[in-house]
Amino acid sequence: MDAIRDKEQKGILRSLDWFTIILYIALMGMGWMSVCGASYDFDQAGQLFSFSSRSGMQIVWILTSLGLGGLLLAIDERIYESFAYLIYAAFLVLLFVTPFLAHDIKGSMSWIKIGSFSVQPAEFAKFGTALCLARVIGQFELNLSHMRDLIICGLITIVPMGLIVMQKETGSALVYFSFFFMFYREGMAGSILFCGVAAIFYFVVGIRFANVPLLNLPEVSLGQFLVLTAVYLFTLGMMYVYTKLKSPIYWMMALGIAGIGGAFAFCEWIIPFDFTYILLVVLGIMFVYLLYLALRERLLSYLYLAIFIIGSIGFSYSTQYVMDNVMEPHQQKRIQVLLGMEDDPRGAGYNVAQAQIAIGSGGLKGKGFLNGTQTKLKYVPEQDTDFIFCTVGEEEGFIGCSVVLLLFLTLMFRIIHIAERQVYPFGRVYAYCVLGVFMIHVFINVGMVLGLTPVIGIPLPFFSYGGSSLWGFTILLFIMLRIDASRNKVMRNR
Amino acid sequence: MADKDYKLEKRKFVLGGVAFLVILLYLLRLFTLQLLSDDYQKNADSNAFLKSIQFPARGAIRDRNGELLVYNQPSYDIMVVENEIKDLDTLELCESLGTTTEWFANRMAEIKDKRKNPGYSKYTQQILRSQLSAEEFCSFREKLFRFPGFYIQRRSIRQYTGTTAAHILGDVGEVNPADIEADNYYQSGDYIGKLGVERSYEKELRGEKGTEILLRDARGRIKGKYQDGKFDQAPVPGKNLTLSIDIKLQELGERLMKNKLGSIVAIEPSTGEVLCMVSSPSYDPHLMVGRQRGKNNNLLQQDPMKPLLNRAIAGRYPPGSTFKTSQALTFLEEGVISPTGTAYPCSHGFHFGRLTVGCHGHGSPLPLIPAIATSCNGFFCWGLYHMFSNRTKYPTVQDAMTRWKDYMVSMGFGYPLGIDLPGENRGMIPNADYYDKAYKGSWNGVTVISIAIGQGEVCLTPLQIANLGATIANRGYYITPHVVKEVQGEALDSTYSKRHYTMVSQRNYEYVVQGMRAAVTGGTCRSANNSMYEVCGKTGTAQNRGQDHSAFMGFAPKDNPKIAVAVYVENGGFGAHFGVPIGALIMEQFINGKLSEASEAKAAEFENKVIKYGNYSR
Repeated sequence: MDAIRDKEQKGILRSLDWFTIILYIALMGMGWMSVCGASYDFDQAGQLFSFSSRSGMQIVWILTSLGLGGLLLAIDERIYESFAYLIYAAFLVLLFVTPFLAHDIKGSMSWIKIGSFSVQPAEFAKFGTALCLARVIGQFELNLSHMRDLIICGLITIVPMGLIVMQKETGSALVYFSFFFMFYREGMAGSILFCGVAAIFYFVVGIRFANVPLLNLPEVSLGQFLVLTAVYLFTLGMMYVYTKLKSPIYWMMALGIAGIGGAFAFCEWIIPFDFTYILLVVLGIMFVYLLYLALRERLLSYLYLAIFIIGSIGFSYSTQYVMDNVMEPHQQKRIQVLLGMEDDPRGAGYNVAQAQIAIGSGGLKGKGFLNGTQTKLKYVPEQDTDFIFCTVGEEEGFIGCSVVLLLFLTLMFRIIHIAERQVYPFGRVYAYCVLGVFMIHVFINVGMVLGLTPVIGIPLPFFSYGGSSLWGFTILLFIMLRIDASRNKVMRNR
Repeated sequence: MADKDYKLEKRKFVLGGVAFLVILLYLLRLFTLQLLSDDYQKNADSNAFLKSIQFPARGAIRDRNGELLVYNQPSYDIMVVENEIKDLDTLELCESLGTTTEWFANRMAEIKDKRKNPGYSKYTQQILRSQLSAEEFCSFREKLFRFPGFYIQRRSIRQYTGTTAAHILGDVGEVNPADIEADNYYQSGDYIGKLGVERSYEKELRGEKGTEILLRDARGRIKGKYQDGKFDQAPVPGKNLTLSIDIKLQELGERLMKNKLGSIVAIEPSTGEVLCMVSSPSYDPHLMVGRQRGKNNNLLQQDPMKPLLNRAIAGRYPPGSTFKTSQALTFLEEGVISPTGTAYPCSHGFHFGRLTVGCHGHGSPLPLIPAIATSCNGFFCWGLYHMFSNRTKYPTVQDAMTRWKDYMVSMGFGYPLGIDLPGENRGMIPNADYYDKAYKGSWNGVTVISIAIGQGEVCLTPLQIANLGATIANRGYYITPHVVKEVQGEALDSTYSKRHYTMVSQRNYEYVVQGMRAAVTGGTCRSANNSMYEVCGKTGTAQNRGQDHSAFMGFAPKDNPKIAVAVYVENGGFGAHFGVPIGALIMEQFINGKLSEASEAKAAEFENKVIKYGNYSR
């Protein structure tokens, strides 16, 4: 028995994906240097390894993570699949009770105190959800191009999200959208992802240019004009891709050009007026025409397109309404600053402005380890957690930043590679969930530091200080590695 | 085993592509942030670095014998860090500072006013009250521990050991916007030399400011030195100055000029070093120090006697008969007169047509040497007349005038001598153009005859008169007069060691020396004669709207002269009244190092002489 186990263990070590582990260790090492830089205080030089400092504590988190990783590799991979539902259910319960047990940290109710440490269950629930999704898809051979299957997976994802939102951790909840990358890989229609992109476009353009006039026409809002024109063009584009009949497309192009051209001409030579109504009329005609086509041709595509038009218009008007009437003033301000509508370096834009100063001052080679000034002198808030990338930028410069980003990109490619070599959907689905989580974390975290995405407080994997997030990412990654290490055995045994 | 869906597998390229494009976008963004602009670098530096300026100690000033004249005295500013104030008893604080609570409230409001005090932060030190005296400081320091948040900052202000030589020493004050514009070394609040050597040797005295680069955190608190002070620059202390002034001589000069307007300048002929430079009235340099400086400066500027004016270099006076020596030298060199052969008649003056230049009673006709000794107006008028009417040598009167002017300029007249003090006047030596304009081209030697006796258009500064004495003492050259003998660790500017030869040969100087000696032994300067050393001198009595100005120019001893002196007492009457005795006392003090008892009594007598100046206005 022992001999078999030994053999099994050796097999795992041999088939383990060491390349990923090297990437993992390299990123944690650079992360530790950044935490040193960010938490280093000129008053207390030479305390890098002291447990009273954050850099010292981060060593503890790194070492325990390595231990945890080893432990996870020692567990039989079938356990993960068998217990997937149980783990998921356990996390749902934990997430549900968390707000009742948590103490308030900066308005967030997501931290549970265990002894002298605080743990954030939301960081760990991701792998539970990922396991559950993998199990469901694998077990029932779901195909996410089917609406029913997609809704099942969507529900599995949305329940923990809702629980996390209740803990006032909207940022962490947003991360669950990363599973949509997996959904896409598993068959979800590309048009759904496209709708997501379109929604972001409507939101950004609609709000950014809401109060900017179109050319010399003060009656017309540039934002509304652009959004409605985009709805029109998106619809035409999708008709071209998804439907076979071409003549309706030409009709609609003619209608649109005539409508917009006529409106322009009327404004120019007769009376200027708010001709976004003309666009609405054009879209309305298109909507009716598409409904007619759906009935005549008995094709769902036309119906979806009609829904797309109505949905887009409804979405863009409701974002404006939400922005003006639902959001808190500080939230409005954040969005306005992000979209460049307001310059406010002392207020809402302070974090981002200081982050860019810190990064920009790094230059090509950076100021050197522990030589950054902006981060150490506390100009950048949250500098060792959410804004940790500033320290990389300031101390290691463009070269260091590029190395970090390329390491992350390599890790992402490697995860795709691992996912695709899985024989069973369980492993593949799980690996794509891991990929999505890393992508969202890296994109949003680095993007916000660079001023490209909204300020959403989520950690940079392996860099941000803290045990919960480091353990969370380690669990996520090592379960994937463990499943991957047994890919050949799985083929034999089943 | 599920069949692989190869159509769906291709979607990995979409996901990989998204990751690649986003990372590429971020790298481009980093490229623009980190490599394309250095704005962020500058912004970061101004965020984090607080350049704390380290002020160097200003150089000390000593006299030629090493006696300390100007030094630095600590003064104390009371600083406040608003954030650290705890349980403040305002009344007690104000009492120990000698002010009122209203003042305190006003001052705090002023400090917090960002418009008046742009550098305000409640985490850093702000000046509450500046320049406390040692006594004020001592009483406050005892109670300092009871006022948390209050600190003492040491600065230094100038202090003077004596009350003399204010015009030479000058003073320092806060820079004005023009100073900052002219030299970006200065920042608002810095001190700069305003007058005297403090101004002319500002660069040497001030040293170089140092900088200490401190790290400042987001709340303005200092977090230590940047890189342990690797980039700090230590301040370079200012250089000490040694003046050529003999402070004892200066003190005597100022005593003698008390209650008189005028000037005394003494020069060591062999070096051009100024031994004393008195301008009367003077003022106590202590008035220009500390919190009262602005007020006192205004009072002195409004004083009708103009005590701030350094008459020794900025006063323009007709040199009177002292100028005759320069005429004698010119006439000899030009061959207008011969040293012993030429004698001009003088019957109580020079008469030409209806023009008369008066003279006092003496034998006639006189040759050169007795003419100098008796200060005969007739002799020098005839000399100038013959020079200016010599049409064989000078085709026109303008040519003669130009020739004459060249001689004067070669003797250091008409242009600033270049002394190392600010505000030197050039005096006035007319040229042909000047008279062409004044007389519309119709003039001759007789028209301008009064320049021969140091009247009319001719004006010299007392320094130029003293320099004339030094030139004669040197028999033909002078070294640009200067008041600084040595700058610590620096060679003196070669300007102050170069000999400037006049256009007159040494041989001709000897005759003038003899004439000046004769003036002391048996002429106008008899009272300067003594048995210890041979004095040479020339009086001057310059006509004026009011009482004549009393002047003296001389040197001693006759051979290897040690001192040349010019004395100018406004409205002092005959040269012999004030000029000669004061000049003699100055010479005695310098050559003997002290005054004899008789001379001491004489000095006391002159000290107490008062010349009344009615509605003085110049």
